[in-house]
Amino acid sequence: MILTDGSETSIKSFLRTLSPVDQVGADARAAMLATRSIKTSSKVWAIDTAISMIDLTTLEGADTPGKVRAICTKAVRPDPSDPTVPHVGAICVYNDMVKIAREQLDASGGKDIPVAAVSTAFPSGRASLDVKKRDTEDAIANGAQEIDMVIDRGAFLSGNLAKVYSEIEFIKGICGDKAHLKVILETGELVTYDNVRKASFLAMAAGADFIKTSTGKVTPAATAPVVLVMLEAVRDYYTMTGKKIGVKPAGGIRNTKDAIKQLVLVNETAGPEWLNPELFRIGASALLNDLLLQRMKIRDGHYAGPNYVTLD
Amino acid sequence: MTFEYAPAPESTAVVKLKPEYGLFINGKFVPAKDGKTFATINPSNEQHLAKVAYASEADVNKAVAAANEAYKKIWSKMPAAERGKYLYRIARILQERAREFAVLESMDNGKPIRETRDVDIPLAAAHFFYHAGWADKLEHAGMGSNPKPHGVVGQIIPWNFPLLMLSWKIAPALATGNTVVLKPAETTPLTALLFAEVCQQAGLPAGVVNIVTGDGKTGSLIVNHKDIQKIAFTGSTAVGKGIARAIAGTKKAATLELGGKGANIVFEDAPIDETVEGIINGIFFNQGHVCCAGSRLLVQENIQEELLEKLKRRMALIRVGDPLDKNTDLGAINSAAQLSKIRELVGSGDAEGAERWSPACDLPAKGFWYPPTFFTGVTQANRIAREEIFGPVLSVISFRTPQEAIEKANNTPFGLSAGIWTDKGSRILWSAKHLKAGVIWANTFNKFDPASPFGGYKESGWGREGGRHGLAAYLKGVH
Repeated sequence: MILTDGSETSIKSFLRTLSPVDQVGADARAAMLATRSIKTSSKVWAIDTAISMIDLTTLEGADTPGKVRAICTKAVRPDPSDPTVPHVGAICVYNDMVKIAREQLDASGGKDIPVAAVSTAFPSGRASLDVKKRDTEDAIANGAQEIDMVIDRGAFLSGNLAKVYSEIEFIKGICGDKAHLKVILETGELVTYDNVRKASFLAMAAGADFIKTSTGKVTPAATAPVVLVMLEAVRDYYTMTGKKIGVKPAGGIRNTKDAIKQLVLVNETAGPEWLNPELFRIGASALLNDLLLQRMKIRDGHYAGPNYVTLD
Repeated sequence: MTFEYAPAPESTAVVKLKPEYGLFINGKFVPAKDGKTFATINPSNEQHLAKVAYASEADVNKAVAAANEAYKKIWSKMPAAERGKYLYRIARILQERAREFAVLESMDNGKPIRETRDVDIPLAAAHFFYHAGWADKLEHAGMGSNPKPHGVVGQIIPWNFPLLMLSWKIAPALATGNTVVLKPAETTPLTALLFAEVCQQAGLPAGVVNIVTGDGKTGSLIVNHKDIQKIAFTGSTAVGKGIARAIAGTKKAATLELGGKGANIVFEDAPIDETVEGIINGIFFNQGHVCCAGSRLLVQENIQEELLEKLKRRMALIRVGDPLDKNTDLGAINSAAQLSKIRELVGSGDAEGAERWSPACDLPAKGFWYPPTFFTGVTQANRIAREEIFGPVLSVISFRTPQEAIEKANNTPFGLSAGIWTDKGSRILWSAKHLKAGVIWANTFNKFDPASPFGGYKESGWGREGGRHGLAAYLKGVH
């Protein structure tokens, strides 16, 4: 089903058919779902599911090969003392670290863990299309199986939707069947839930395999109502087209409680079919250790100190 | 992979149930004069909770006499700021004992702990806080320079929001300087009796609040008592009409908060996901035991199919079961009598040709339960479109133009609540202007605040509760 031919008029008229989002109502729904009480056996299940959905991320100017190798080792066996802990969903790094990450994962038993590269002049997206093209090609050539691209928020906010659309379509073309495309909306800069819903549909129609909330460099990032609105969008897109698009909240999800709230949002919005790493990922770094500490608490009956989990 | 939520029951350890409760008269718990009692049960499992004294004529007389005495000797002579302090104290104790009240309310009423914890109890405390502030400012309320209380007021409250309706009644009555004889509903007396303990704990002077438990007969003794100057009643329209007849020709003042058949109107440009939440909240909040429930869904015909698909999907997620489980969305029907009333009206919907739908859901074997339900193909002439079901049953009616929506919404003997769902501000204002309902919500539903007056048009009642308007009902000669 073709939703738009990519022209400005066609994109605008398609986005106009979307139902608006009432901010107060969306906030209230997200707040209600945050009151779900997840205990005992369901908490055990949720913690392991959340671990398997983490895109373990390091996106710092100070990243070094040593740091990247360390998180890759951790990605394969998050808790060295407990082999029953699942591995994470992916490693997410800058372009120049992709090769190092791939080699380290392959060397440490993590062949099936993909490397995601942030691309298209992450985080601002302010570069020429040619630079974005090279950026993406380079990442794929170095072994990236997932591309996390940013949209041109300036173009979106100024109403130049065809530019946003064609860039996503173009990058998708480069990814082809070599890499999955995650499209970062940077919802903290789009501000309204109406914009989040429109940008979600725009990205999905242009070929996104995943829609992702944020770069992690802008606050607010993955707030519960924003994730709710995006999950409603993928659910509705599936009803329209029969195609399932993934969702990746990133930024600000730092503890087990927040991660479980995300899983509840998925379960009661997009539905249980979305509760797997193929369709839901959480972009995070500090979250993994908190999940591990909670897991140990359930296993051992008491909390362990921070030195019982590894730094990276 | 499925995400099963493990049971997350709230502990009942915080509630210390006594085997038997007396009447609260003149600051003390006393048995009924003739020793009569009745039982109250947990409607979610039919377990016996406690025995409660049954107030007959002698007991009601004693309670009214205590209220009269307290009014004359203490409450009417106390400086208003001092009255306010008692209300603040009660409000704070309600907050401190919120968990105890929330659990007990859920046990006695059958409603989910999530609602008692997040709605009933916090709002009850808020009503006391709000009215505490009015106590010494009544001369600035725009009701004359020296407004006077009635004296002794008789208050009869329903079972759907036991503690909250108690606070809607008692807080303004005390703030304005009246003393009270209150009768809680027969099936839900326990939080009112726990509230009596709060009055003791707050050091409220004896006789200012008296609580007599019983049934309709006890209620009519209050209504017809010669020393009661004002009646405040919340309940069914049939009983409300009876009260109006009983007090006709007397000098008694009255406020009546009666039934409703609220229209939740959805226009084609509504924010659809939030509208679905609003419909769910409108009819399934408190099992639909809400006088202002959005029990008629008026939906623009061109979006009906899409809206109902989304509604079905959402209704399938409603978690029905143990009211004390923190993840329960829909609890038990309050009584066997109410359940049979719901079944009877639903039966009429089936018989009159409307189409019924409920999601697949397992209902507990014990207790009184009804699944979330809606009817499509409902016309204005069906009983389910006209009569209050007071249960989790929604009647879906379509319309084609805004004018038709308003005409259908107003085409009912009731006039308590309405909801408007649209992205257009101008349409909200236009609709609100033409709807004949006491409370109108736009892009939300079932939102309550002590500062906002609540009440109905037509057969939905007389007078307002809450806000500045609600004070008038408890002051002499103010209308």
